[in-house]
Amino acid sequence: MIAYIIKRLLSAIPVLLGISVIVFIIMALIPGDPATAILGSFATPENVEKLNRDLGLDKPMIQRYFIWLGNMLQGDFGRSFSLNKDVLDEISERFGATLVLAGVSFVLCSILGVVAGALSASRQFGITDKLITLSVLIGISIPSFFLGMMMILFFSVQLRWFPVSGMWPIYGARDLSALLSHLFLPAVALSVVATGVIARLSRSAMLEVLRQDFIRTARAKGLSEARVIWRHALKAAMVSVIPVLGVQAGFVLSGAVYIEMVFQWPGVGRMLVEAILKRDILLVQGGVVFVAACYVMFNIVVDIIQSLLDPRIKT
Amino acid sequence: MTRFMALFARSQLAFIGLIILSLILILAILTPWLPLNDPNVIDTSNRFKRPFSEDSILGTDHLGRDLLSRLLWGTRLSIAVGLCAAIIAAFIGSAIGVIAGFYGGHTDNIIMRGVDMLMAFPYILLALAIVAALGPGLMNALIAVAIVNIPFFARNIRGVTLGIVHREFVDAARLSGMSNAKIIINEILPNVFPVIVVAMSTTVGWMILETAGLSFLGLGSQPPQADLGSMLGEARAAIITSPYTSVVPGVMILIIVMAINLVGDGIRDVLDPRLKSGALSTPRSTTEVAKNKSDAGLKTQTLLSINGLKTEFRIGNRILKAVNDVSLTVDKGQCVGIIGESGSGKSVTALSIMRLVSSPPGIITDGSIDFKGDDLLKLSSEDLRDFRGKKVSYVFQDPLSTLHPLYTVGQQLSEAIQSHNHVGKLEKHKKALELLQAVRISNPEKRLNSYPHELSGGMRQRIGIAMALANDPDIIIADEPTTALDVTVQAQILKLFQDLRREKGLALVFITHDFGVISQICDKVAVMYAGKVVETGPAAEILKSPAHPYTARLKSCVPELGQGKRNLIAIPGFPPMIDNMPSGCAFASRCGKAEQNCQSAMVDIKKIGQERAVRCLFPEEIKAG
Ligand code: SF4
Repeated sequence: MIAYIIKRLLSAIPVLLGISVIVFIIMALIPGDPATAILGSFATPENVEKLNRDLGLDKPMIQRYFIWLGNMLQGDFGRSFSLNKDVLDEISERFGATLVLAGVSFVLCSILGVVAGALSASRQFGITDKLITLSVLIGISIPSFFLGMMMILFFSVQLRWFPVSGMWPIYGARDLSALLSHLFLPAVALSVVATGVIARLSRSAMLEVLRQDFIRTARAKGLSEARVIWRHALKAAMVSVIPVLGVQAGFVLSGAVYIEMVFQWPGVGRMLVEAILKRDILLVQGGVVFVAACYVMFNIVVDIIQSLLDPRIKT
Repeated sequence: MTRFMALFARSQLAFIGLIILSLILILAILTPWLPLNDPNVIDTSNRFKRPFSEDSILGTDHLGRDLLSRLLWGTRLSIAVGLCAAIIAAFIGSAIGVIAGFYGGHTDNIIMRGVDMLMAFPYILLALAIVAALGPGLMNALIAVAIVNIPFFARNIRGVTLGIVHREFVDAARLSGMSNAKIIINEILPNVFPVIVVAMSTTVGWMILETAGLSFLGLGSQPPQADLGSMLGEARAAIITSPYTSVVPGVMILIIVMAINLVGDGIRDVLDPRLKSGALSTPRSTTEVAKNKSDAGLKTQTLLSINGLKTEFRIGNRILKAVNDVSLTVDKGQCVGIIGESGSGKSVTALSIMRLVSSPPGIITDGSIDFKGDDLLKLSSEDLRDFRGKKVSYVFQDPLSTLHPLYTVGQQLSEAIQSHNHVGKLEKHKKALELLQAVRISNPEKRLNSYPHELSGGMRQRIGIAMALANDPDIIIADEPTTALDVTVQAQILKLFQDLRREKGLALVFITHDFGVISQICDKVAVMYAGKVVETGPAAEILKSPAHPYTARLKSCVPELGQGKRNLIAIPGFPPMIDNMPSGCAFASRCGKAEQNCQSAMVDIKKIGQERAVRCLFPEEIKAG
């Protein structure tokens, strides 16, 4: 097992390098003089000169890439000109908020999605199945930012059940209940699309499994139908659902951008959008690399869970 | 194409989606010619006019611009942008996929590595990075969304290309000296095209959502030009005071995307048979029994008696009579063999006893199955659950697919024990060990922790048998338990069944296509052909002198046990399709002794001698003995 984990961690290295190359190439697409473009409205002569020195922008591409990579590996993601702050500091301050939001959403959509999908499959063509299928259809078609706005309108403004926006109350204690009441709406809004996608896939995975021979064996043993569905079938279906959960985690993590904007959540997503609008390229670059790297790591965790579930995977 | 439309129209939802989508598209196309107010004329004196006020049906926005007009222009723009992104992504992605799949080797490796890298990014994040580099703007958002979706197409299309690149028609084209480019265009493209369409129909909705999302964030369309996303973005500030300015574009996106998804699902179901499985029905926990089934049950002293059993499969408007009026009895401790070719109905008969025939499409339409005086066909599913595995248990043919791949042998055994006895952990463990010993598994402690895939075929089948023994049933039904095994293991398993019968006084119903097996362990045999029993009687007698021409053939084409693969092709012809049954004897077309009247009327089963019966007008002569 340990060997497998190490193997997976090692296999992440080329992926991480690939990510850095892609981000580097994208940033090389910036038209015109890179330093001026990166600095945008902060392009004072001394800033331009400093950046040229920092990034070695006068040097050839390949060399520039390695300078950039080397700096990042030493924790130097450069400096945000719009915030006048170290990029990594800003990201680490913001990332916690995103992690809370995306993490809770992810748990929510995984559980709801899988349960809804399995339920739907076990009542195939019944009323429950039809209702779930319909809700799923709406769920995957609704823009999360629109849903978020409607939720604010209804639950915060009309019913006054939850605060309108933000992560913490402006005045008052920053305790768990305050966090939860701020978290509820954005987390739900963020999870809806992923829940739909997961429910869909879980349903078809369950239907696939329910047709298999070992399900008939379970029934021949005289097991209760609940046990057949929720233990035998679901466990086998999870083998094909878990990779999808990994993909959906990426959607939730990046979809947080919209939700953070709608709910004024102080996370990395909002930081990125603001940075793009202010053309603070280094901040964007750092944020993208950081979040993508976290996602790669998360996918390793998913693989490990998968190997724990399925003994047929060679570890 | 007409078939496509017919299939498509069968799905009502897809049809509704198509109608809605067409309406929206027509509106979007006609927008420039509709008598609308100018979408960009600012009139601050008329800000936030309510819907249904004069001049503006949907009201006005924060700058007093007409919402209806903006909505239609915005819809037009959003759809156009989403569609363009989809076409670009499909075109480039498919090209990459076809090239990777067609050339294979290094080309494939390098391309797919790159694609995997792109997929390692959380989706929207990559789009953000691209917009960040190119700068905000609708065109750039379009490019970003297209690029982000390229890997999806590349992967799918590569998979399909790989699947066809070695098919005969491609090889033939190669041999005829066609250039690679020509092969790709003439042979590969037409075959991957449906997949491209499916992939597009499932992603277009996403792309519209994503471009709208980027516009919403202010990274897409820039004022005064507005797509649906930027309309929402601009309306956000006034969400509390004038919610309708948000609701209007938001609902529009929802409707568009939903209609596209409905149509996409419809297209997918029609074009992509692999994904169709969701539309097939899965078997329920018990086989359905027709409500108007007659009360044929005759109370007998036998352990198990099947009377006039009829099991059908109803697929579309075809009815396959898999089991057509089968009667059979099993006494205590007896071993009854049911023999026949595949498709003869032998397995369906056996599964009917446990009510395990897949339903739908299976349905038991008539007959009774009495077990110690109770009609199993009348049991509720709760009572049936109590009966399965406890009174009668089942050993399936292929132990690899019939054992749960993700549970250990020990877990599966304990579960079988637990399902009918509530016993403690220790006792369960002890009993599981006993069961493994009973089926002669060496090193049982260790095997309890093995997974099925870690065991040999013979070992797995022993586990299957151990599971069947878990609750000391009266009868074990063994459905070709040795077919999937090689010959020496077959003999071992047969011996195990023999021993168990003797030790535990079990009755055995043994399904097989192999007379060798019958001769080894069965007391009685029923020969099945096309859903009917054609001959029945003591195994030894039938083996010695079969009365039905079919039995004789079956027997003659089977070598002694242990002499390699048996070959049923030795009987010329094929069994009749069971939905297209000839009127007389079903075997007539393959029977050497067939006469005119064999085909004119149903042939009944007749007694011959004390215990034997045969369904033939001209049975073979019975040798005395
Ligand atoms: S009834 Fe006629 S056709 Fe049928 S098996 Fe007997 S002899 Fe052959």
